[in-house]
Amino acid sequence: MGYVAIKGGGRAIAGTKDVFDHLRTRQGEAGTPLNTDTIEQQLRLLHSRVLSEGGVYAPQLASLALKQAQGDTLEAAFILRAYRSTQPRLTETPLLDTTKMRLTRRISAAFKDIPGGQMLGATTDYHLRMLRMELLKESPEEFRRISRDWFSSAAESDLPDSFPKVLDGLRRQGLLPQPDVAAAEREPFDITREPLIFPVPRSAALATMARAEQGSLLAIAYSNMRGYGDVHPTVAELRVGYLPVLLPHPITGELTEVGEVEMTECEVIAMYEDNADQSKAVFTLGYGACYGHNEVKAISMAILDRALQAGVKSGPRNPSEDPEFVLLHVDGIDSMGFCTHYKMPHYVTFQSDMDRLRTTQKKQTDKEQG
Amino acid sequence: MSSAQNFGYLDEYAKKEVRRSALKAVAIPGYQVPYSSREMPMGRGFGTGGLQLTLSLIGPQETLKVIDQGSDDSVNAVNLRSFIEMTCPGIDTTTKTAAASLIQSRHRIPEQPLREDQIIVLQVPYPDPLVLVEPSEDKRKQMHGEMDYSRLLVKLYEDMVRFDEITISHRYPTRINGQYVLDPSPIPRWDVPKMNHAKALILFGAGREKKIYAVPPYTDAEPLVFSDVPFRVEDFTDEAGNRRACRICGCRSSFLDEYNDSRTGETVYQCSDADWCQEFSQSSDLNRGGSHE
Repeated sequence: MGYVAIKGGGRAIAGTKDVFDHLRTRQGEAGTPLNTDTIEQQLRLLHSRVLSEGGVYAPQLASLALKQAQGDTLEAAFILRAYRSTQPRLTETPLLDTTKMRLTRRISAAFKDIPGGQMLGATTDYHLRMLRMELLKESPEEFRRISRDWFSSAAESDLPDSFPKVLDGLRRQGLLPQPDVAAAEREPFDITREPLIFPVPRSAALATMARAEQGSLLAIAYSNMRGYGDVHPTVAELRVGYLPVLLPHPITGELTEVGEVEMTECEVIAMYEDNADQSKAVFTLGYGACYGHNEVKAISMAILDRALQAGVKSGPRNPSEDPEFVLLHVDGIDSMGFCTHYKMPHYVTFQSDMDRLRTTQKKQTDKEQG
Repeated sequence: MSSAQNFGYLDEYAKKEVRRSALKAVAIPGYQVPYSSREMPMGRGFGTGGLQLTLSLIGPQETLKVIDQGSDDSVNAVNLRSFIEMTCPGIDTTTKTAAASLIQSRHRIPEQPLREDQIIVLQVPYPDPLVLVEPSEDKRKQMHGEMDYSRLLVKLYEDMVRFDEITISHRYPTRINGQYVLDPSPIPRWDVPKMNHAKALILFGAGREKKIYAVPPYTDAEPLVFSDVPFRVEDFTDEAGNRRACRICGCRSSFLDEYNDSRTGETVYQCSDADWCQEFSQSSDLNRGGSHE
């Protein structure tokens, strides 16, 4: 004989797995299992979000994670991160040059006429958000027609290319601070190998934000944009495209392209300030970059980068300028884990809480009765 | 993927880093050692810090016990234990405190006193007791460095003024080796005295907050108090002033969970430590009325 407080935990856990998986197949006989390629291609932006928050560039595994998590972005990113913990790091790339990006989209809100021109590419920015009822019953023929016609009507000159960076022009005119050459030579902070101990270098902040949860970044950046801060950003350049990844060849040591990663990069210009190193005032800059096509994330990150730099320089005047506040609260895996943990039993601590309250009440009663 | 999986899930570099951090934690009792906590395949807040310690310390000959809220069979304990069994082939698991060489726990230190050859790993949500009074980690780090716990003492004092009682129910701030004050994980105050001069090594892992700290064996662990306000553990006496007993095993010396009996509507009490309760039931069956001290 014997007694344990809660029996059958193992079976209950297995049951939750089974019923969760069952719901995936609720379509019944008519359903077809979701193909991971379909997720990557047709739910492109959902996929991008998970890829970016998962912090490991594995497009197929990101699709798998999304399928497994039944579309929950936080869960899917979490699955990818946990997978990442099992992988040793074999090598590091040198700094990659984003001017070499094969662009699918690039715009500037600062200048009408930028070298290479504005290239709108794929965006929902100007869509009328009206339901397209025809997609309810889209036929495979129609699907194929759209796929085919786009390529047949695209001129070769319209195909993606790389362009110079908008900021380079401004820099030549002396309106921007010169690039921090010393920072480029410093070893970047690796958030997967070192914990954040404040103050942290800017590279640690950028790395943290690059895999942060999009909604969290947006909320804190928005607070800065609309009153709890004063970064009034101008998007100098927002680009989406494929960045070639280079590694030293194992035999010759020569840098060799091993593939490319889809990225979104954003550079914002903010109000100018005195510059201790230069005689004249110059604009200030913010930078954002992440895996996949995530424009809201890249812009939010760039704004927060600027806000954090201001906070580091002059002391934080609002939450979005405080590196501890921002960087310790934007990680989706950390925050959702802690949030969901409140569903776990807290019998012991609550017992202890009740003990304190009862004792306090008793003392208060005794006092009232004098 | 499972065939290629590493013993202990994490890659070897990660486990090595955790072990090095644990050594540093032992060398500086109560000091929170930052480490680059990895994401584990269960929720942050479900014991990932403890799990990383357990996986880094466990070897094939080890016997592991996992408890949550004092129970080996609660879902989280079951889940953690089966994950460790899955990723650490060759280890043994047990529910018996005495049989375990390594114990991972959430919210309880077993009632059974631990031995020198045992290690207990506690899961920690908030490693820093100063978070009650100071949200910035940067500032808290300086306060620890200067052993400046005055604001924590002011909080305790203000509690006395407002409520005539210290309101901290669990995770009671505890000074280790006369120096650092640590958060002993959300164990009830009942378990705090067990840390003082414990024979076993006590390790704390906070996965989300990325900290490891320790109370080494035979080390002072004193709850923060005033000389005229003694530290008090949870009170289990009834209206008549008698110590309540566990309704299962009859033990009058253990931490009790209370709940409502759904049939009778009565409030009933049971041991929180399931293994203790079971052992005591057996020994009291053999030896009716025997004490379990």
